[in-house]
Amino acid sequence: MFNIIGLGISLTCFWLSMSGHYTTFVLSLGAASVLFVVYLTRRMDFFDQDTFQFSIKCKHFGYWIWLGKEIFNANIAVAKVILSPKLKISPRMIEFKSSQKTELGLVIFANSITLTPGTVSVDIEDDKVIVHALNAELAEGVLNGEMDKKVTALEGL
Amino acid sequence: MIDIIINSASAILMGAGSVFILIGALGLVRLPDFYTRMHAAGVTDTLGAELLLLGMMLQAGLSLVTLKLVLIALFIFFTSPTSTHAVANAARVMGLRLVSIPEDDLTSKEKN
Amino acid sequence: MLIAATVALLIAMALTLFRAVAGPSLFDRVLSANSFGTKIVLLIGLLGFLTERPEFLDIALLYALVNFVGTIAILKFFRYRNLGLSSDEIANREDN
Repeated sequence: MFNIIGLGISLTCFWLSMSGHYTTFVLSLGAASVLFVVYLTRRMDFFDQDTFQFSIKCKHFGYWIWLGKEIFNANIAVAKVILSPKLKISPRMIEFKSSQKTELGLVIFANSITLTPGTVSVDIEDDKVIVHALNAELAEGVLNGEMDKKVTALEGL
Repeated sequence: MIDIIINSASAILMGAGSVFILIGALGLVRLPDFYTRMHAAGVTDTLGAELLLLGMMLQAGLSLVTLKLVLIALFIFFTSPTSTHAVANAARVMGLRLVSIPEDDLTSKEKN
Repeated sequence: MLIAATVALLIAMALTLFRAVAGPSLFDRVLSANSFGTKIVLLIGLLGFLTERPEFLDIALLYALVNFVGTIAILKFFRYRNLGLSSDEIANREDN
């Protein structure tokens, strides 16, 4: 029950911030759509499943800043490869044993790998992440384990 | 004075974003096989799109428009790795051939 | 700068479209379609600024949502030949 009310309140806030028009007619349409969405989520048994808790802490911002820097550097590296006249690519397919314990941590790790251009996580087998890299230098960015350590540090909430 | 600084900063961001988008599209055409093209698409999705949206945010100032731009930027940031992984994983599962990978990296299934 | 960015975006879209038409495998085409969608989102946003109609951004937001769901739906269809499979049925098929 608490979940349903929470969903309704957050949907209302979202609608109000997106709309920008506040006449009676438009507001009633908004109320109707919020009720409809809450009804649909109830019908889908969304609330029966495990909801997961998350909280944002200072160290998450630290990780995001570090990730942003990584993304920037990798972008420059990939751009250089694309613009080089002879296309100096030497693709690698590497396996990396990650040290995350929870599923969420593994998802964050795999998504961070994919988000950095030049490395894409192709598959996950148990705790091994299979990564396709554009060249050996970019592959080294995953293999040196720095990102793995940082994501594992994020896990211990 | 502040206007000029903000406007030029937004112009620089948008220019840089456009350059990265063009590089990504060029890579999509130039690179030899699917798995390498994936990386080129990543350049467009991350730095190109985010820089362009950041430039637009500076141009819009503080308003509802900025909020919507932030939402678009966040959404692209969170979904682009998911869809790239989905495409790559589907290609691997269906056995699309890998080009010019060192022999040691391949599993026995992929060598055939 | 808005106009320059729009022109750059249009050129990039033409290149992406070329890959979507020429792309030898299905996955090249899906990748191009996804990348094209991202560029359309940006183009709609830029057009909103050029014509000074910020309502365009709502469409851009919606397009970003549809683009993501569309890509996943295409891949799901080609892998399982069925869009209505639940996660349990998919787990069953993977085991076989």
